[in-house]
Amino acid sequence: MSIIVSEETPVIVQGFTGRMGTFHAEEMIAYGTNVVGGIAPGKSGSDHLGLPVFDTVRDAVSDTGAEASIVFVPPPFAADAIMEAVDSGISHCVCITDGIPAQDMMKVKRYMRTKRVEKRMTLMGPNCAGVISPGKALLGIMPGHIYAQGPVGIIGRSGTLGYEAASQLKAIGIGVSTSVGIGGDPINGSSFTDHLKAFEQDPETSLVCIIGEIGGPQEAHAAAFARDHMHKKVVAYIAGLSAPKGRTMGHAGAIVTGAGESAAEKIEIMRDHGVTVVERPSDFGAVIAKLL
Amino acid sequence: MDIHEYQAKALLSDFGVPIATGGLAYSPEQAAYRAKEIGGEKWVVKAQIHSGARGKAGGIRMCDDENAVWEAADDMLGRRLVTNQTGPGGKGVYRLYIEPVVPFERELYLSMVLDRQTERIVLVMSGSGGMEIEELVETDPGAIHRIRIEPAVGLQGFQAREAAFACGLGAGLIAQAETLLLGAYRAFRTMDATLLEINPLVVTEEGRLLALDAKMSFDDNALFRHQNVSELRDKSQEDPREMNAADRGLNYVGLEGNIGCIINGAGLAMATMDMIKHAGGDPANFLDIGGGASPERVAKAFKLVLSDDRVEAILVNIFAGINRCDWVAQGVVKAMNELDVKVPVVVRLSGTNVEEGRRILDESNVDLITAETLAEAGEKSVAAVSWEAN
Repeated sequence: MSIIVSEETPVIVQGFTGRMGTFHAEEMIAYGTNVVGGIAPGKSGSDHLGLPVFDTVRDAVSDTGAEASIVFVPPPFAADAIMEAVDSGISHCVCITDGIPAQDMMKVKRYMRTKRVEKRMTLMGPNCAGVISPGKALLGIMPGHIYAQGPVGIIGRSGTLGYEAASQLKAIGIGVSTSVGIGGDPINGSSFTDHLKAFEQDPETSLVCIIGEIGGPQEAHAAAFARDHMHKKVVAYIAGLSAPKGRTMGHAGAIVTGAGESAAEKIEIMRDHGVTVVERPSDFGAVIAKLL
Repeated sequence: MDIHEYQAKALLSDFGVPIATGGLAYSPEQAAYRAKEIGGEKWVVKAQIHSGARGKAGGIRMCDDENAVWEAADDMLGRRLVTNQTGPGGKGVYRLYIEPVVPFERELYLSMVLDRQTERIVLVMSGSGGMEIEELVETDPGAIHRIRIEPAVGLQGFQAREAAFACGLGAGLIAQAETLLLGAYRAFRTMDATLLEINPLVVTEEGRLLALDAKMSFDDNALFRHQNVSELRDKSQEDPREMNAADRGLNYVGLEGNIGCIINGAGLAMATMDMIKHAGGDPANFLDIGGGASPERVAKAFKLVLSDDRVEAILVNIFAGINRCDWVAQGVVKAMNELDVKVPVVVRLSGTNVEEGRRILDESNVDLITAETLAEAGEKSVAAVSWEAN
């Protein structure tokens, strides 16, 4: 198993024919992902990368049976693209786009909740690196070769820091079941907790690594969930010890505005809830190796 | 993006939020003239800077006559005002806002924020205003009323009335409060604000509600659809280096340390800064060069980091996904050849095209310290600074 995507999952690309969409669709196909087509409104009937292009997500789903989508649509139109995926019954959607207005995401989240829980779409991102189940499928923009297949689940806000963790693990012969990016925006499609739930159920995952950062309440929720509902071990790293209050550190969501949002406070919360803390970002490999 | 008080008031006024008639001044003469124009006997001269807590820092002056207005303006203009929110450098005062002094009976607190916990706009109101919300939370948490606004339908009249009644506003003020709150909410929604604060909101002696101060911040990601808001940007209130960086596709935040950082990805940038701290050093800046960085962008990043006199060493840490190590390496070599780099430079490359990148560095003959891992990168950069110091 693995979570979210496997080698069979039929995937469509929203924003298929654009520069980003084209480049990463090629990479995903090369990795072995089951990409079955893409969306580019007004271009239906044509082929791109040898795959069919559709006007709407609905057409693509009914024609190909697509279950997952990845969004490479520019920020002003990305929320619209995500809501189209929701409406067409896509079950897992990754949004790579960085720069979506927060109020657009508020609308998207509200719209997602109009579907019944069992039919509700899981959204990864926006502003994330996507999802990879090493050796199986890539629904994202990460460099596939730095991941080995194995028992560690990774959930992170940051793309590059997730790469760092995965490559430290690979260097000592430890692999990853699935790595999920939840993105650096203030309102994410899904949370650490959402994916902890999925990893807890996944027989191939034996330990989960959370890569958090300053800003927002999500890491604290995840810590409480790990303590109360998880049998699997959880380790966490929180980036941003040296980040000053009130400054946005690159990610729109990486800003300390209130109590409990600084790295030091989050680390303390993690410890209080029995989560093993990776103190230095160079120690992902060593800490995880010890616990496996 | 932050805007000034007078700008926020003008925007809110368009949505039916009552404000006093004020005037903007760029010189002491203009300030005195504005006071005369506004009329009355007492005025308040307010420094327009992007920060709260101006009063305690001497940025808000009460004046009894036009001469006093002139003098207050003369004293404030061109000065840097240091508040508990600006950092030690303070913010330059180049604009003043003159308002009549309005006698009031009581102060209230009103704000709206985009709350990450509930993923909704939350209205916060309190019957005791005038102080910072942090103080309020500590001194009188029971007096704070929160209303979560359902995004599909927006703020409703009954919710506005509930908040107003909870703050102890009398029957005569409820209709006014409802109009004000609904207007403020519409302003927040329509213009993609992330923060709106009216503190204090006062009840005047004549029994009217009035926004005595106003603060608004906007979502940078939504500025593309609000030309009227983006026009309000005041670059004099921003750090020139950060502004410079943003114009070049770089994301820079200046800090107090001496190790300059050039990194790709916000998370890795923060982690690298942490690594420097753990190794006993202090980062001079946060800098994310972003994805797909060209050699030119990397060279510009060097220039930017070196414009900070405190920098005694540079650490380049790249984990290339959509970036390419060979391009980054070319950028490093270009910067080392073109700029007068007098400080030691530590480079750690990893990910896409790493062999090619390392080969470019090796063959370039520029004086670099290379590191294989994140740990090594942190330690070597800290060691480079201490070695220089001795």
